[in-house]
Amino acid sequence: MVIECKHVWTHISDYLDGTLDPELLAQVQKHLDHCELCSAILDSTRNILILTADDRVFELPLGFSERLHARLEEEIGNISTNRPDIS
Amino acid sequence: MPGSAELRNEQHLIASILAGETHLFHELIRPYERSVFAMALSFLHNEADAEDAAQEAFLKAFRNLASFRGEARFGTWLISITLNEARSRIRRSKVMPTDSLDEDPEAPGHISPALLRDWREVPLQALERQEVRLMLQEAIAALPQNYREVFLLRDVEELSTNEAAELLQISVGALKVRLHRSRIMLQKNLAPRLTQIGPKRRWFQWS
Repeated sequence: MVIECKHVWTHISDYLDGTLDPELLAQVQKHLDHCELCSAILDSTRNILILTADDRVFELPLGFSERLHARLEEEIGNISTNRPDIS
Repeated sequence: MPGSAELRNEQHLIASILAGETHLFHELIRPYERSVFAMALSFLHNEADAEDAAQEAFLKAFRNLASFRGEARFGTWLISITLNEARSRIRRSKVMPTDSLDEDPEAPGHISPALLRDWREVPLQALERQEVRLMLQEAIAALPQNYREVFLLRDVEELSTNEAAELLQISVGALKVRLHRSRIMLQKNLAPRLTQIGPKRRWFQWS
């Protein structure tokens, strides 16, 4: 069965996750093999997901950890009856 | 996300903290600082508010650690606390747009990707440029809230489909629909702009 571009677009996410059933996967793959438009859409989506998953996208602000642990220290000290050993 | 050795270590840390060695909480949360901040920033749109929300989420995790039963992974539990903290801050704020909250995310409607003839990979080195990092952050933040939540849990925090659906209390089917749409929206928003950062590419005009 031949499927259209718009039909292929609805399966991009499942294609990237590897969750398309084998029959549909074969149809999508066949379409991608000779459709440069859909191939470029798929490649760009995959590329964007790789970029957004990179740790560098959400860099912690300077001093974030120090401020966080100082606030935790204060809180833990207030709540805990067993103060941590200072070593 | 941590491997099985780290998970065993986590369970051990949690037991020790609950037994009184509270200083170990610092060690427990270190691997999750970035995840929690990324969630908070994607909802609150500025670093100062995101940092405050992230701190609050960690404090709530500490106060409620005894209620963590280990059915979920600690990281997933922590992310759900962060999500609740971010959601409640959005609700409290009159300034924040309520964007898609009234929309039915499962309503039929086709979202088309950006159309292009060829795509040359944007390398990871591009992330060294602050403008690229900001472009990605802003595109995620601009997603409707229902889609943004799903996208962050699955594609940034790397939760499984089942973990994310359970956390958001939606069906796996609904989760997949939202994830698909969020990815296509990001492609539509980002693909044309990402092509500007590298060599020129040829665009196909769809009419």
